[in-house]
Formats: sequence, structure tokens, C-alpha cells
Amino acid sequence: MTGYVVRRVLWLVPVLWAVATITFILMHAVPGGPFTQEKPLPQSIINALNARYNLNEPLWKQYVLYLWHILHLDLGLSFRGDRDVAELIRAGFFVTVQLGFLGFLVAAVLGLTLGVFSALNQNGPMDYIGVFFATVGASLPNFVLAAFLIIIFAVKLGWFDVLGWGGPTQIGDALDPGAWHLKKMVLPIIAVAALPAAYIARVTRASMLEVLSQDYIRTAHAKGLANYVVILRHAIKNAMIPVLTIMGPTAAVLVTGSFIIETTFAIPGVGRAFVDAVLRRDYAMIMGSTLFYTAIVAFANLVVDVLYAVVDPRIRYR
Amino acid sequence: MEAQTELAETGWELPTRERSLWSDAFYRLTRNRLAMGALAVLLVVGAIAIASGYVGDLRRYHPYQDQDYQHIQEGPSGRHFFGTDNLGRDNWSRVLTGMGISIEIGLGTQAFVLLFGLAVGAAAALGGRISDNLLMRLTDITYAFPDLLFIILARSVLSERHWLLLGNPRLQVMLAIAVVNWTTLARLVRGQMLSLAERDYVVAARALGASNRRIVFRHMLPNTLGPVIVAVTFGIPIAIFAEAALGFIGFGLPPPTASLGRLVADGYTYIQVNTWVVAFPAGAIAMLMLCFTFLGDGLRDALDPRLR
Repeated sequence: MTGYVVRRVLWLVPVLWAVATITFILMHAVPGGPFTQEKPLPQSIINALNARYNLNEPLWKQYVLYLWHILHLDLGLSFRGDRDVAELIRAGFFVTVQLGFLGFLVAAVLGLTLGVFSALNQNGPMDYIGVFFATVGASLPNFVLAAFLIIIFAVKLGWFDVLGWGGPTQIGDALDPGAWHLKKMVLPIIAVAALPAAYIARVTRASMLEVLSQDYIRTAHAKGLANYVVILRHAIKNAMIPVLTIMGPTAAVLVTGSFIIETTFAIPGVGRAFVDAVLRRDYAMIMGSTLFYTAIVAFANLVVDVLYAVVDPRIRYR
Repeated sequence: MEAQTELAETGWELPTRERSLWSDAFYRLTRNRLAMGALAVLLVVGAIAIASGYVGDLRRYHPYQDQDYQHIQEGPSGRHFFGTDNLGRDNWSRVLTGMGISIEIGLGTQAFVLLFGLAVGAAAALGGRISDNLLMRLTDITYAFPDLLFIILARSVLSERHWLLLGNPRLQVMLAIAVVNWTTLARLVRGQMLSLAERDYVVAARALGASNRRIVFRHMLPNTLGPVIVAVTFGIPIAIFAEAALGFIGFGLPPPTASLGRLVADGYTYIQVNTWVVAFPAGAIAMLMLCFTFLGDGLRDALDPRLR
């Protein structure tokens, strides 16, 4: 098991290197440079800027320099405001993580509940409601859902506020109750959670149905166990295994899904920072956030694979 | 002879014609009401969207050249079925054009995905150990890239290029989306082919002296086709979503082209004034994605009855 985890972490190194290299190439292939403006800057200023960010070096040297800095965990300086990229990502991630975590929580609770109840009432009205929500949720783009949520609950009914993030934007404010505006947080969280909730509900339902038809469930019933004991102790526990596998990608969906939701609701997270960075050819910021996302997604998948072995003793990694 | 007449009397018929996998699957698909309904909706919408490009009466207005300054930011009316936007442009014509673009991008992207996925998957499964290793590592790395991030980057690389054929922005968007989404299909094709290579009928064909080419094209490819069709169909709503998302954050087709994602994004600015400008294109995206998902569900049930 330890060997497996170590190998998985080591495999991350070439993956990150490949991602860095591909991003580097793509980024420099994007037409236009970071200092291209409608009203061109004087050549002397451009020269000075290029020198400041090592952009006057040949491309291969920039690449080597970049890798060298990454090895020292230095993501470089953003061309905008000359700020440290790591600092910018940290600030944005603090917001993104709140949205992602709360969204994940809502998605897990909602998805599991819907899935389990659907399976217990197979082909009953509850099942149809569950399957309906799962299908619609899975095929409704989150910004479309966000549009309807905003139209209905913010514009027409005026129940919730939108634009900006309701949670604290600085780590120091986290404990200050004045920094939390729940009214502003509800709609983005629902918009972010709908799709993963639908997926979790689908998988949970299918997995529960399969487990419920197993012999040991019949045995448990035959022993005279109460219905809820059979379901809670025997069925749900085993039905969770496939559900767990999709939790990794779900976490990934939540991190990447925030691009659109952050843009829609004007939330100052990493996703929006990335979109802005591409628009402005902010090389260091693009690289930094790509690597950051890749690492997070890979880490989420690793955690799930390890959990998988913990939950299901039949699975062993060598 | 007697047995047959008896059977005929009871209304039972002995199967006389050979029924292939495909005709069986087609029969099962036609029995699936949800999938057929979705298909009907898609055909009607597709036909209207395509025809509206040629028949002015259907579209009624030009999606971005006709401006009705007397009717700005209006709701649905007899004059403008879906209302008008902030410049007095007719939303009915804009949404229609947008749906046409979405369908085109959805199908086009999947054509590229099919090409990449089949090629990589088949080459990995059939090309020996080294090519398998290399191609699967490539797949892993592409998979490790955050989807939308890579699409945005690829899209910006391709924008404003005027290389042969690649100057078309629609083609650029299709390619950018396909470059990320082929991995699932490649893995599916590889896995399917590897498992098929061990099946008895393939071993039997080989024992009978069939050439490699015959085995691949005659026995293996047709048997990978079912899951591939299902995967490609499920990829269409994903591609439509990706295109809409690109348009929404401003990396899609350049204006004034009215793609659905851009319509939603534009509408957001005026959502306090006129909610219809967002509601109609948003509803159109949702409808297209739902229909393709239902169709995919139907195809999956039809092509692989064991999965039910």
C-alpha cells in the first residue's frame, strides 16, 4: 500500500512536467504578447518589461528558467501588478475552496439521499422524481441553471443576493461573523452542486439496486433484522464503494466547474483569475494555475483510490 | 409442416429472416418512447435551424443585421416570438441560429473525437507493447489536464490563425474541444479491442487462417462499434456544453455570430431589465443537451441489452 502511494506520487512528477511543458508551448503559441495593447507602449518600456520578466531571453532559456524556478516552488511574478503568482493563487483558492467544499457537501448529501430513496422505492413515484432530477441535473449546464436561479430567486422573488462571494475573502476574516453573507452564498452553491449531485444520485441508485438484490441481503431479512438495520448496516455500506470512485472526479468537477460559476456570479476565485490571465497573456499566472489545478485533481484521485482500498478490503494495491 | 400451420393459427411466427444485431438494436430503439421523442425533437429543431439559414420566412429577421429600434428589450410577442435584445435584434432568429451552431459543433466535435479516439485506441491495442505504452501515457497526461482549462488554452492558440482550413472559427472550436475529449473513447476502444482479441470467435477466425486485416475489420471493429456509438452520442451534449461554456466566458465564436453561450452571457448584462433574453437561449441549450442525453440512454439500452 505504501509502495503504491509512493509510486502514484512519483508518477505525478512526469505528469506535472508534461503539463508544464505543453502549457508552456501552447501559451507561447497564443497570438499576441502580454504587452500588446491597442495603443502600443513605447519600445523602451516594452524592453524594460521584457527584461524584468525574462521575456528577452530565447524561448528555450525561458523554459529552462521556468522549470528551475518551479523546482524551487517559485511560480514567478504575475505581469499584472507585479504580484507573486503563488500569493494570487492562494488568495483566489481560499474563496474557491469554500465554494467547492460547500458545493461538494450539498452534492454528496443531496445525491446520496436521492439515490438511496430512489432505489428503495424502485419504479415508485419517489424513484421517478429522483431519476427525473438526476437526468435533468446531469444535462443542465451550470451557467444555464445559474441563469434560471438568478432570474427566479434573485430578480423575481428577491430572496437571495448575487454578484460577489458571501464568504470571507481573506483568511484572517474567517472567524468574523460579519464576513459571512449567507444570502449571497446560496445560489452559487446550488449552481455548483447540481451536476455532481445528479451524478452521485445516479450511481448511488444503480449501486443500491445491485446490492439489494444480493443473497446476503435476503439472508439478513430472513434472520428477522429490522428493515432499517438491513438497509443502513448491510446495504448502504456496500453500495458506497462505486459511489466513492466517482467522488474523485466529482471533486475535480467542482474545482473546474468553478470557472464558469465564478465568472457568472463574479466570485473572485482561481477560476476567474485563470480566465483573466489567458485573456491578458499573463504567462506566469496561466502556468501557475494550470499546474495548481492538475496537482489538485491528481491528488483528489489519489485520495479516492486509497480510500477505495480502505473501504473494500478485497482491493489490494501492490 | 403440421407444426407450422399450428403455429400460424396461434399467431406465432417462426423467425424466417435472419435478424442482425443492428436490426435488433434498431427495433429496441424504436420501442423506447423517450429516445424516439428526443430524436423527433432533435430532427425537427435541426431541420428548422438548417432551413432557417435558407428560408427567410422561417427566421423572419436576420440574427444580427436587422434591428427594430421601436421594440427594444421586449418580451415575446406576435411580432418577435422570443422578444428582442438590447439592440432590437430578434431573439427568435438568434436562438434558431444558435441552436444550429450548437448542433453543428456537437456533431463536428464528435467526428474529430471519433477519429482521434479510434485511431489512438486501435493503435494502442493492436500496435504492440511499445506503442501501447506510449499512447496510453499520452492519454493519461491529456486526461490529467483540467478539461476546460486546456480547451480555453487550445482555443486561444487557434484563434486568429489563418492556416489552411483552420481559419474557420467553428472548426477551431471543434478541434479545441475534441483535443480534450478523445481520451475516454481511446480507452474504451483499446479495452474493448484487447478483450475481443481473446474471445473465442476471434481465436477461431485466426485458427481458420484469417488474415490480421480480416480479423480486425470483419470481426473486431464491428463488435467495438456498439459501445463506441453510445460513447460518441453521450459526448455530443458534453461538446455542446463545452461550446456554450466557451461562448459564455468569451472564448467561443467571434461576434457577431450568435452562439447560445454568448447569447446567455450577453443577456446576463440586462437580466434585471429583460429576463427573456437569458431564458430562451438557456432553455435551448438545456433542451438540446437533454434530448441528446435521452437519445444516448436509448441507444445504450438498445445496443447492449445486458446492461439493463
